[in-house]
Amino acid sequence: MTDQTTPVSTTIQPDPGDNAVKRFLKATEIDTRLLGMVGALLMIWIGFHLYGALVNGFGAFLTPRNLWNLSVQTASIGIMATGMVLVIVPRHIDLSVGSLLGLCAVVMGVVQTEVLPAVFGLGHPMIWVFAVISGLVVGTIVGAFQGALIAYGKIPAFIVTLGGLLVWRGVAYLVVRGETISPLDSTFSLLGGGPYGAVGAVGSWIVGVLGCVGVIFLLVNGRRQRRKFHFPLRPVWAETFLGILGCGIVIGAVLLVNSYPWPRGIVRQYAEANAIEVPESGLFISHGFAIPVLILLAVGIAMTFIMTRTRFGRYVFAIGGNPEAAELAGINTKRMTVKIFALMGFLCGLSAVVASARLNSATNALGTLDELFVIAAAVIGGTSLSGGIGTIYGAILGAFVMQSLQTGMVLIGFDAAIQQVVVGSVLVIAVYLDILYRRRQK
Amino acid sequence: MVDRTGTPLVELRDISISFGGIKAVDHVSVDLYPGEVHGLLGHNGAGKSTLIKCLSGAYKMDTGEILVNGRRVEINNPRDARANNIETIYQTLALADNLDAASNLFLGRELTTPLGTVNDAAMEAECRKIMGQLNPNFRKFKDPVSALSGGQRQSVAIARAVYFDARILIMDEPTAALGPHETQMVADLIKQLKAQGIGIFLIDHDVHAVMELCDRASVMKNGQLVGTVDIPDVTDDDLLGMIILGKKPGQAAA
Ligand SMILES: Nc1ncnc2c1ncn2[C@@H]1O[C@H](COP(=O)(O)OP(=O)(O)OP(=O)(O)O)[C@@H](O)[C@H]1O
Ligand SMILES: [Mg+2]
Repeated sequence: MTDQTTPVSTTIQPDPGDNAVKRFLKATEIDTRLLGMVGALLMIWIGFHLYGALVNGFGAFLTPRNLWNLSVQTASIGIMATGMVLVIVPRHIDLSVGSLLGLCAVVMGVVQTEVLPAVFGLGHPMIWVFAVISGLVVGTIVGAFQGALIAYGKIPAFIVTLGGLLVWRGVAYLVVRGETISPLDSTFSLLGGGPYGAVGAVGSWIVGVLGCVGVIFLLVNGRRQRRKFHFPLRPVWAETFLGILGCGIVIGAVLLVNSYPWPRGIVRQYAEANAIEVPESGLFISHGFAIPVLILLAVGIAMTFIMTRTRFGRYVFAIGGNPEAAELAGINTKRMTVKIFALMGFLCGLSAVVASARLNSATNALGTLDELFVIAAAVIGGTSLSGGIGTIYGAILGAFVMQSLQTGMVLIGFDAAIQQVVVGSVLVIAVYLDILYRRRQK
Repeated sequence: MVDRTGTPLVELRDISISFGGIKAVDHVSVDLYPGEVHGLLGHNGAGKSTLIKCLSGAYKMDTGEILVNGRRVEINNPRDARANNIETIYQTLALADNLDAASNLFLGRELTTPLGTVNDAAMEAECRKIMGQLNPNFRKFKDPVSALSGGQRQSVAIARAVYFDARILIMDEPTAALGPHETQMVADLIKQLKAQGIGIFLIDHDVHAVMELCDRASVMKNGQLVGTVDIPDVTDDDLLGMIILGKKPGQAAA
């Protein structure tokens, strides 16, 4: 070793030529790409709100009600988009996710309305558990099967999953003969959100506190690691800023979801069922975070952990960067491919839970065209189709962008044709901007 | 002088492999003793890389056998080779361009925390240590290796091969992209590893380097072994003659 190694950690030093913004970004180590995406999302939100306010006389977008609904509607696509990152980073693609979602949904529908009631009796509290498990198992098995065809049969993922797009949709039809299964098990349908499918004010505060603790833990632990290995530290003011920002976002989200009250009808129903006196002014009962949103949150955290902190995730990136090198480094790339598609299938199953529970029904058409939205979300979120690059938070933000556009255009009364034109254009423009950004980074 | 009376560290016996109709390696046998540097020479496309890829597990040979310490081993993939303490610096370097130096160094053998998660900080610290020995000017620890120069990339590939206590080291043109100073450092490194009793297959087009570093050299042509010679017994011109004419020195030109 040379004797230049510093025995103590230094603080990140800005270059003398940097302006204030650059200094700030360097000290906080905020990803400018993330900043750009959040900025774009906020612009879409404000844009729709102002358009509504100016043209229709009522800005309906930036209301607790709309944002709450937006979060629920994003969950299904968002969950699958995190898996799509895992698929696209190692240079694959999965076109079958929408169809697989449909298949998982009808399987769970049949299991919870026909199979399990016959075994346990109608309304048994374990029905939803086994129904969910059945959907996850079907998704995982189908995914693993497709992955095996890709890995061991050496058939391109595009072809296998294009076939899957047709096959699984067809199988879903055969399972229910084209009929709609509705209503679903009452506990199961809570997983799709709605007034009862949300955790309420207290529950949301608990989530919020856990979130803040998590933010602070990450910052403190990160600093400790850097000190241990003598890497440059962020200045204390930057750490503090990040902590306040992180906690501020979490608390803001809690305040937002708690400010959206139950509709009056539901309140009356609830009050009657629980023998509560409703005062003249009405009862304010908060929705709080919807369960599907918490599922998305959990999936996002788990997938981020997998992608950045586990060997599995490291190998996914390595395969994306250079498949041959990954193989030469002793990585079993074939087995990786099977695992990746199995995980994608699992997430399709989970998405099917959320999507069918939200509608309280299961049809073989559920999730039609979802593959396009999921791929678009991942790509808008910065996942490179040439492989090797992608983030989970990006894909979730991408899903929010896609869903915000949809919701916003419905709110201001654009018809379906214009919606398609806008969404398609945004996809192309977003990817182009990303390419420009990356070119400038080099 | 290398002691070549005991069992060889590695023996490649009668290796053949063909791609389509081309016999890339045609019944070649070479061996390697502890503390020995065995040079492999030959034209472009002679089959040098293909031969050593059979040993490193990148290719599966059609016929032939591999013995490590006199014991027959099955090498079906790179994991098998690593399990036999065989490390390889590939001609193509085999780096994942989107990952940083430390991630490439530890690819497939990541350091983990007690919880089983990858320990990036520890890996970066180790990477800084070994790069400090191999290429003290190296600074780009945070960048993906696609942002490195050819020589810097080569240093990363070399670091990866020597970090994990190899017994058998395969170096396929390790200095092709290096500057004179870095090339000298690799030469010193080879001598140091040799002194530790490690056996090295060195593929190099530079006959002078082979003369300086190797104990024996084998020359290949069109997939076949021309011959193996003791370096002290030959001159640069003898080696060049073998490469160009495909004949062992002293053999009558036909
Ligand atoms: N994967 C492959 N598929 C088909 N042919 C191959 C493959 N790998 C090598 N070959 C062929 O095998 C022969 C030997 O190639 P090899 O790479 O071993 O040569 P080399 O001696 O290492 O040459 P160089 O000095 O250029 O590195 C060449 O004719 C090459 O075209
Ligand atoms: Mg070669």
